[in-house]
Amino acid sequence: MSTLTQKDVKRIAELARLELTADELDLFTRQLGGILTYVEQIRALDTTGVPPTSHVLNRPVDRDDVLEPSLTRDELLANAPDAAREAGLFKVPRVI
Amino acid sequence: MTASQITHRILTGETTAVAVCEEHLERIKAIEPKLSAFNTVTAERALDRARALDGQQKAGGPLGPLHGVPVAFKDNMCTAGVPTTASSKILRGYVPPYSATVVTRLEAAGAVMVGKTNLDEFAMGSSTENSALGPTRNPWDLERTPGGSSGGSAAAVASGMVPLALGSDTGGSIRQPAALCGIVGLKPTYGRVSRYGLMAFASSLDQIGPLAHTVADAALAFQVIGGHDRHDATSSSEAMPDLPAALTGNITGLRVGVPKAFLGEGVDAAVLAAFTEAMQTLAARGAVLVDIELPHAGYGIPVYYLIATAEASSNLARYDGVRYGHRTTIERDDTLLTMYERSRDEGFGAEVKRRIMLGTYVLSAGYYDAYYLKAQQVRTLLRQDFERVFASVDVVATPTTPTPAFRLGEKTSDPIQMYLNDIFTVSANLTGLPAISLPCGFSAGRLPIGVQLTGRMFDEATLLRAADAYQRDTAFHNESPR
Repeated sequence: MSTLTQKDVKRIAELARLELTADELDLFTRQLGGILTYVEQIRALDTTGVPPTSHVLNRPVDRDDVLEPSLTRDELLANAPDAAREAGLFKVPRVI
Repeated sequence: MTASQITHRILTGETTAVAVCEEHLERIKAIEPKLSAFNTVTAERALDRARALDGQQKAGGPLGPLHGVPVAFKDNMCTAGVPTTASSKILRGYVPPYSATVVTRLEAAGAVMVGKTNLDEFAMGSSTENSALGPTRNPWDLERTPGGSSGGSAAAVASGMVPLALGSDTGGSIRQPAALCGIVGLKPTYGRVSRYGLMAFASSLDQIGPLAHTVADAALAFQVIGGHDRHDATSSSEAMPDLPAALTGNITGLRVGVPKAFLGEGVDAAVLAAFTEAMQTLAARGAVLVDIELPHAGYGIPVYYLIATAEASSNLARYDGVRYGHRTTIERDDTLLTMYERSRDEGFGAEVKRRIMLGTYVLSAGYYDAYYLKAQQVRTLLRQDFERVFASVDVVATPTTPTPAFRLGEKTSDPIQMYLNDIFTVSANLTGLPAISLPCGFSAGRLPIGVQLTGRMFDEATLLRAADAYQRDTAFHNESPR
């Protein structure tokens, strides 16, 4: 049985870069605890020596690294919430 | 009318691409207000495109296999110049600068995009209720969900607003809504269809596929969108089969595996009865039914929710309010970190946040081995189950969903109840195998029921041959909602 505290959930939200409201913190603490308890049923299986599957295609698909046309700077800046379009830069709050 | 009938009638001069386009836009105008299947209807663009196609035909130019067929794309597939939102507030107003490979390929084959369809936000859900734009309704019963996450595409096809649509399937998101709306939905083998331009949810599970009324139409669309694409590193270079040629109707001796023990608990009686009848239909055509066991299939849901959320937490890190999407109002002293955190909290809906948090947790130090690694190991056991079974059968059959369409709001407060709807569909994503849902009956309340067939890796030819053969002996796919 998994028990998640509000403190745990707050920590997860920080890692996930989510600023939760107090109501969300309540709700998610309850629901995530329930979901974890549910998924823990797989712990009953013996998986000693079983290799993990991260991907079903075992062959990597490589290609030659050659230059080709891509999107322009203007196209890439077009959807930015804030940008210095003349300078070709995305704008964010001051970092330093 | 099916997609192939439409193209045939245009090519023989019985109608034109413009006339077909106008008819479908009229139907959308009449029905869409009841269903909310579309996020965007691209009427002008569609008519321009139809006029151009009619011009090409007059000029005697080369015409594609989907010439003049109106299509809809799930709104998580990028369409250059046309808003693409993934039904999320965080992407409201986003206009992609490029199109997904599937969009480019369908359009090059002569298809005419009439709009973008609703989905559970970022394809996370089984009812289309997790859409920031409001739920889509099931054309068979407006008080019920069309399923999800490709609920908009399924409702649009089932109601005749388009003959063909594309969806994406991470844990059943094409097949489950297809079943609940009484149409055909195909999830191809992982790697068959390029994911370039598909907004990523869980990259090792996501796959694009068609929704249509007939297996023949689904095969036609799959033929066009399938095949290697150098823009997707997971796209397979395995040769595409000639699908029209594969649909022979002959399934004499085809071995159909039925995992009886897996069909017990929680399956609605009407679903079980329709499934059993579907097996008899296949047997009557010459297929051989074989009892099989899939001992780990019952663990599919927990494994799926551990792996899919882990991948999602990483994929959705890109929505940070910097390059595109919603950004919170910045106050004077706000830091970059505050901007990320508040933009994401305001932009994402509850289910997306739940999954990002679960994924973050299971990948975090101290929990990785117990949850994520363990799930990956059980994923291997599930693949081995199917490998063993496919040594002696050609396809595996189960119901697509445990119940017919549920009521709007019925499962929204209990995430686990909602997840359990995908019990029969998640295996195909975890193993990469191709699978298809077909209409196979109705409940007493006239709600559609679906049967699912799963095939071997890259053997869509056999899978679609079996599915098409079934449709030759049944008429459920010809029924329409009132």
